[in-house]
Amino acid sequence: MAVHAEHLAHAHSESWIRKYVFSTDHKVIATQYIFTAYFMALLGGLLAALIRYQLGWGDQASPLLERLFPFGAQGGVIKPEFYLAIITIHGTILVFHFQTMMLTGGFGNYLIPLQIGARDMAFPVLNMLSYWVFLASCVVMLLSFLVEGGAAAAGWTVYPPLSVHAAAVAGSGLGQTIWLLSMALLIVATLMGGLNYIVTTLNLRTKGMSLMRLPLSTWGVFFASVIGLVTFPVLLAGAILLLLDRHLGTSFYMPTVYIGGQLVETRGGNPLLWQHLFWYLGHPEVYILAIPALGFIGDIIATFSRKPIFGYRLIIISFVVMTILSCIVWGHHMFTSGLNPYIAMVFSLLTILISVPFGTIILCYAATLWKGKIQFTTPMLFAIGFLSLVVTGGLGGLFLGTASTDLYLHDTAFVVGHFHVIMASSVLFAIFAATYYWFPKIFGRFMSESLGKWHFWLTFIGVYATFVPMHVMGLGGMMRRIYSPHAYQYLQQWVPWERVISIFGLILIGAQLLFVVNFFWSLFKGRRATDPNPWRANTLEWQTSSPPPHLNWGEEQPVVYRGPYEFSRPDTAEDYLPQNTPPVGVEVSGNGVR
Amino acid sequence: MQTQTQPMQESVWAGGRSPFGIRWGKLMMWVFLLSDAFTFGGFLVIYGSVRVITPDWPDPSRVFALHLFGKEIPLLLIAFMTFVLISSSGTMALAVHAGYEGDRSRCARFLMLTILGGLTFLGCQAYEWTKLITEGVRPWGNPWGAPQFGAFFFTLTGFHGLHVLSGVIYLSAITRRVLKGVYARRGSYEGVEIAGLYWHFVDLVWVFIFTFFYLF
Repeated sequence: MAVHAEHLAHAHSESWIRKYVFSTDHKVIATQYIFTAYFMALLGGLLAALIRYQLGWGDQASPLLERLFPFGAQGGVIKPEFYLAIITIHGTILVFHFQTMMLTGGFGNYLIPLQIGARDMAFPVLNMLSYWVFLASCVVMLLSFLVEGGAAAAGWTVYPPLSVHAAAVAGSGLGQTIWLLSMALLIVATLMGGLNYIVTTLNLRTKGMSLMRLPLSTWGVFFASVIGLVTFPVLLAGAILLLLDRHLGTSFYMPTVYIGGQLVETRGGNPLLWQHLFWYLGHPEVYILAIPALGFIGDIIATFSRKPIFGYRLIIISFVVMTILSCIVWGHHMFTSGLNPYIAMVFSLLTILISVPFGTIILCYAATLWKGKIQFTTPMLFAIGFLSLVVTGGLGGLFLGTASTDLYLHDTAFVVGHFHVIMASSVLFAIFAATYYWFPKIFGRFMSESLGKWHFWLTFIGVYATFVPMHVMGLGGMMRRIYSPHAYQYLQQWVPWERVISIFGLILIGAQLLFVVNFFWSLFKGRRATDPNPWRANTLEWQTSSPPPHLNWGEEQPVVYRGPYEFSRPDTAEDYLPQNTPPVGVEVSGNGVR
Repeated sequence: MQTQTQPMQESVWAGGRSPFGIRWGKLMMWVFLLSDAFTFGGFLVIYGSVRVITPDWPDPSRVFALHLFGKEIPLLLIAFMTFVLISSSGTMALAVHAGYEGDRSRCARFLMLTILGGLTFLGCQAYEWTKLITEGVRPWGNPWGAPQFGAFFFTLTGFHGLHVLSGVIYLSAITRRVLKGVYARRGSYEGVEIAGLYWHFVDLVWVFIFTFFYLF
């Protein structure tokens, strides 16, 4: 870092490629992550539109579909194997390539050095590598649509034997191998990023930035990185074994089975093993998303309520408890797999126990809102929407976390509705809130508030109208991952429901166009953020210019004197007090350092 | 970071030090090793769970026996490999010690001994693999029992062997830097110590593989 500081004296000049493409500046890398992740989100959203079309009107041929997908939708109807590939890739890229990477690689990367007053990450080259490996993972994943048999089609959980044997489903050929390679790349990218986020947060904090003065955003990304670091490697181990099963003829996961009438000569393997390994990552993954999302929302809610966050320490403790609990509850995804009922009971109890820290944080945020001077800006609307969604989704989760009720609801639309509310939508809301909130810092311009509010209301209503009815359908026996409800006599009653859900779902997806337009319009034509601290926030990233200069701070790094949420203090003229404003009575020399 | 340090009042100063009191390079290695421990832990737990439910597991002391002087000596090669690898941890520790004493050539010599230990281990492993492959062990089966035996043998020892190989390459690069005097000029041999952490970790993992795969 010292070497970096010496460079500051000279004008920073590097070639365009070093500056914007192969950059080691965490801000440029973060922006690359944000653009790539949003691109993946768009693709995932388009796949969702195809799913909703198929579930709503899958019995009717559409010439347009045939023109768009001459192979996947011959005769205007999506083929079953293409549909399975769509749901698999939809789930995979939205969970991993969009949400995980957006929260940690995108905003985490951008915010950690700025919020702790550092000049960059601890290991900038590793940070850059992390992005390029992630990009490779995205490209590889998308290429799988072009290979013979199409993309992986075993669902985003890729359970064996479906995912092992090439004859099991069309996508289990080369597509499945590519899926595994892409995931291996993504795991490596996540680990390289996570190493940096953890070490940077612990070791590069500026003067005065004690751990208990860190903004919640940084804490959130920190804990998410810790979870990723202890769970992704296990999935890596599992994925290596799956690759060996597929290509070296081992039988880790393969029992002796008949597939397509053919005897498969593997023996002794245990398909449940993969389920354990997958969910050992798969469940903590929810918290890899939820904890940074909660962190961002905490920053936004405190700023726009003009109140200190309620129970800062309690929230951090809750993060710690969630981090630990999240790694020991994976069994609740496997209640119907023949799990020992005693173990199921333990997993049930632990799962429901997670509601305690989760609920604590939500109550803390509600208490922060209580009697605050709330400013209903777009980021604040999305933050409140987030709170609403996690409460709704959390209540649905109780039914799935309880083994006895889950036996009935497992693999129904109830599950789909539940995780789209609690995970997909709430995290999406946090990402939108963060985008609207930090856009002026990242790009130096504001996003349009009026378009943003339209976007919020359409998305908010769209999410509830799309996913709450799915809970009802699930209670009524509507299966999950089903190709077409039209083909089954006993599901006919749900066909009109599916159509209504599809209409709202397509409106929801269409509403995101408002965001795309707003994003690009604001990027070039938005109102300039001349004030570096337009929301009058306290955290350090707002105390440098927008966008921040190379190496973030001028000659001297900031010095921190207090916690991040000192709003509306009775003894100050303004209703906020930035972390680096010296206390009264402390003399400051010209360079801001005493 | 140090360049910014200027006299500050104790009351203003409330943080910024690492909670573990170590520099970021070493912390990063520790954190990486934590994640790697979970990868190996994953493999070993998978192995354990499969082992307890698989009925006809071949007897490792028979499989890994060497025929010497007309007698069958169980686990001889493995015992030698383990001895070499654990000893290389000792030479690694001596290299770190020599580094902190500022003795450049002694540090490099012990590093080379460590590398030699690693290469010997890899050589033995190559011999072991060749022997078992000629005896008919494959990832999908073997002459003596459960097909998972070969699958786990190649996966566990292969993944560990890759780590040893990476360690040998890593240590070679470090040795080159020691000889060129990079650390002497920097005034700190921390880079050697960080490489040492990795090497000790790889040895520690072997202890677990040795215990659970070869002895049980």
